[in-house]
Amino acid sequence: MPSHTFTVNGEKVTVDVEDDVRVLWVLRDLLGVTGPKYGCGINVCKACTSHINGKAFNPCSVPVGAISESDEITTIEGISDGEKLHPMQQAWIDNDVAQCGYCQPGQIMAAIDLVKRCSAEGRSIDDDALDEIRNICRCGTYNRIRKAIKAGADNM
Amino acid sequence: MPAHSAPAPERPAPEEGRKNVSRRRFLGYLVAAPTLVVAAEMGRQTFFNGVPQANAAAIPSPPLPAELYDLLDVIRDSARPTANLIRIEVNRDGTVSFALPRSDNGQGIITSTQMIIAEEMNLDPDQVIVTLADARPELVFNQLTGGSTTTFSTYTPIRVAAALAQKRLLAAAANELRQDVNVLRSRQGLITGNNGESLPFGELTELASSSVDEAVDVVLKDREQFTVIGTPRTKSDALAMVTGKKKFLADLRIPDALPTVICRGPNLNSAPQGVNNIDEVRNMPGVTDVEQVPTGVAVRAKTFGQAVDAVNALDVDWDGGTAEGENDESVLAALRRGELPLAVPQVPGETVEGDFTFYFRSNSALETNCAIADVRDGSAEIWGPSKSPIAAQAEIAKKLGIPQNAVTVHVTEGGGSFGRRLFFDGLEEAAECSKAFGKPVKLIWTRADDSRQGRTHPMATTRVRAQVSGDAVSSFEIRHTSVATEINPGLSEAITAAATKAPGGNYTVSQSIYVTTQVNPYNVGAATSLLNEVDMRFNTCSMRNIYSPDTATARELMIDQVAAKMGKDPYEFRSEFTKLNRWKNVVDRAAEEADWGKSMPEGTAQGIAMHVEYKGVACAVVELDCRPETVNRKIRSARTGPRVTKVTYVVDGGLIINPRGFEAQMMGGINDGIAMTLTAGLHLVDGHFLEASWDNYFYTRQWNTPPEMNIVLIEDSEAPEPGGAGEFGVAATCGAIACAYARATGKVPTSFPILHNEPLPFEPYPTVPPVPPSPTNGLDFVR
Repeated sequence: MPSHTFTVNGEKVTVDVEDDVRVLWVLRDLLGVTGPKYGCGINVCKACTSHINGKAFNPCSVPVGAISESDEITTIEGISDGEKLHPMQQAWIDNDVAQCGYCQPGQIMAAIDLVKRCSAEGRSIDDDALDEIRNICRCGTYNRIRKAIKAGADNM
Repeated sequence: MPAHSAPAPERPAPEEGRKNVSRRRFLGYLVAAPTLVVAAEMGRQTFFNGVPQANAAAIPSPPLPAELYDLLDVIRDSARPTANLIRIEVNRDGTVSFALPRSDNGQGIITSTQMIIAEEMNLDPDQVIVTLADARPELVFNQLTGGSTTTFSTYTPIRVAAALAQKRLLAAAANELRQDVNVLRSRQGLITGNNGESLPFGELTELASSSVDEAVDVVLKDREQFTVIGTPRTKSDALAMVTGKKKFLADLRIPDALPTVICRGPNLNSAPQGVNNIDEVRNMPGVTDVEQVPTGVAVRAKTFGQAVDAVNALDVDWDGGTAEGENDESVLAALRRGELPLAVPQVPGETVEGDFTFYFRSNSALETNCAIADVRDGSAEIWGPSKSPIAAQAEIAKKLGIPQNAVTVHVTEGGGSFGRRLFFDGLEEAAECSKAFGKPVKLIWTRADDSRQGRTHPMATTRVRAQVSGDAVSSFEIRHTSVATEINPGLSEAITAAATKAPGGNYTVSQSIYVTTQVNPYNVGAATSLLNEVDMRFNTCSMRNIYSPDTATARELMIDQVAAKMGKDPYEFRSEFTKLNRWKNVVDRAAEEADWGKSMPEGTAQGIAMHVEYKGVACAVVELDCRPETVNRKIRSARTGPRVTKVTYVVDGGLIINPRGFEAQMMGGINDGIAMTLTAGLHLVDGHFLEASWDNYFYTRQWNTPPEMNIVLIEDSEAPEPGGAGEFGVAATCGAIACAYARATGKVPTSFPILHNEPLPFEPYPTVPPVPPSPTNGLDFVR
């Protein structure tokens, strides 16, 4: 059985599993990191959105064999600084965004990525930028998500 | 999004009815226990007083049954006989706990229940611990979560129990402090006397306890003294949700409950007829077990991904399922054959008619159908996000051939429901899989199964005929013909138990739901609304209501046409013809907030619609952009189409416990309405649904949602108690979008979702193997 070593939320981990198992199952079923959720398994719903080396990715669509030892994966569990929440998490609470909460870890990870990308590209977080977000929320919290991203961006 | 609350423009004076309500005495129960435990009956008397003020009427319509006795009343009344069963406990650490016999799937009822208890006991809501109760068969009909009924049916019983607890704690403190109870103040779990001496709840709970069961008279707090109810509050699990700590079913670590996936057939409800390569698949990486079960072939594996790979490798013989050979057209033809006649004869020049088709829509939540089961040694322990756990417990016991009390059902918090989790098919399947393997399982449906084999909002037609004579409407008939909606066993028992109380009585279960939910809000002479169902063995259920989003769409489109025939503006007609002043106020407020009638560019338009249900009234005004550059905008794997650019939603929902939560429910309902009206339909082709995921089934996305949303909650409603919230955002939104589409394009839409019959913007996934495999190129999208 192949062995895989990489970093998850700042911690070095090693798992023994077949190369083709997608990172989402390695995180959830083998490492017990359950913040990233299963919603489709085909990179559509984005409920599993996490970061790899600081950028958004969808672990349902990446085989663990494609992850190298230097890769740093960050899930929703890894973005706060101890008790101090990431500004985007705080914005989510301030705007009471989440209803059932199932998609929201992925939404927050996608939002952080969007703000970073827009900032790098010199774009503002306007309606066009917000329309780019592909994450599904079946509770329909989209409008509070839009408001929270703008608020979170101001504090990032 | 300037959503806010505001008082209604014309505030009715507090009427006698409300005062009587607050002074009524209720019976609570002290329960013998070492610490303070109080209880109250779930059922209680209604207290609707007085006749609502009528709006100036044209030809007044006698009320449809739902105006007198609606679904909320049915559910509450069915719960009446199951007495003395909800308990509040005051703990030694000063907290107060309550196990809510309902299911929370994001609708915020845990938070609002904390608020209700905190209000009566003068606590901070954080001091109240609300959990979801396990299945409790003695509650009979009273552990159902559906029809937006939770707060309506639990509000008073919970208050009665909490008020009794407060009364006992005060009496115990008076005794301890040797002061008159009237000089004591209770704040945040501390009872303070007039000399500053104080005692916390935790120290008083033993002293306040009772050694015998006893019935006690209690008086509830006056509404005028509320400090918690009616103030916006963030959900109590907000922190857990944004940090990834909230545990959903699949996140639970139950020893040895490995991921389990069922291989399902190519057609709707195909049953397995044998597996040709079971041993080969048993040897695949990570796989621990493979067995045939009634609904397919179950695979248990070390990881969910390996279970899916094994499912896709299975070679299974299947039967043709329950809808073999059927498609959208054949179902429509069957519905046509089932349509009930319109009764009023057509009169040339006076008759306005419409005929509308509503296709199947998926009720898939983001968390797919799921459950954990451990069936061993003649007993079963089940975990699942169930809205009807008692019925689940009974059915699972029957299936396993063990007594009902050998089955424990734990209700977990769900990742969305919208009606779906009234059905416990996932729980039953998990029990069957666990029994087949002799091991615990964590059953998770794949997205493809949830979309193709899951439950749907039934396909239906709605026909409307109205007669317009001069300045009046003399009749308005609605005939709704629907693929049969399956009603879960628990719910159907509750409905049949109470349905005969509805005026007219003796309906079938579906008809009972229909007649207790359908209100025509206008004075349109002889108004009738009838349902006929055609049973075609589809997996159906309520989806943020069963009938109303469709009937409201049809009704509101026809109201616009009636208005046009009379030379009236859509808003003016509604304001003039709606039956009650409470309803008219909401319509007027919506028009004012939305700047109704403002100038709009060609190809865009406003639409207005109202809806009465759930003891409340809502009016939506939407702005819809149907210009080609908007309709034809290109987004990868998406339905774009017309864009709703702004929604104004004014709602009088009665007494609102948590305005922030109520507004959230309206927002969700509005986004559902957008999907149902414009983009989100299932295509039935040759016995199966084509749509296998969110890149086929077009639920509202960021690029569809309105950039501007203004939700206005009417404060100081004349209604004396809470109404329903969970489904209340949908119907008026659907109607308003349909009306806006007709006004923007000049074409009255006749089938829904409006884009359903446009060319498919996707290549359907195969049905065999049943699960689209996970891609491997995820890193290519990192940018």
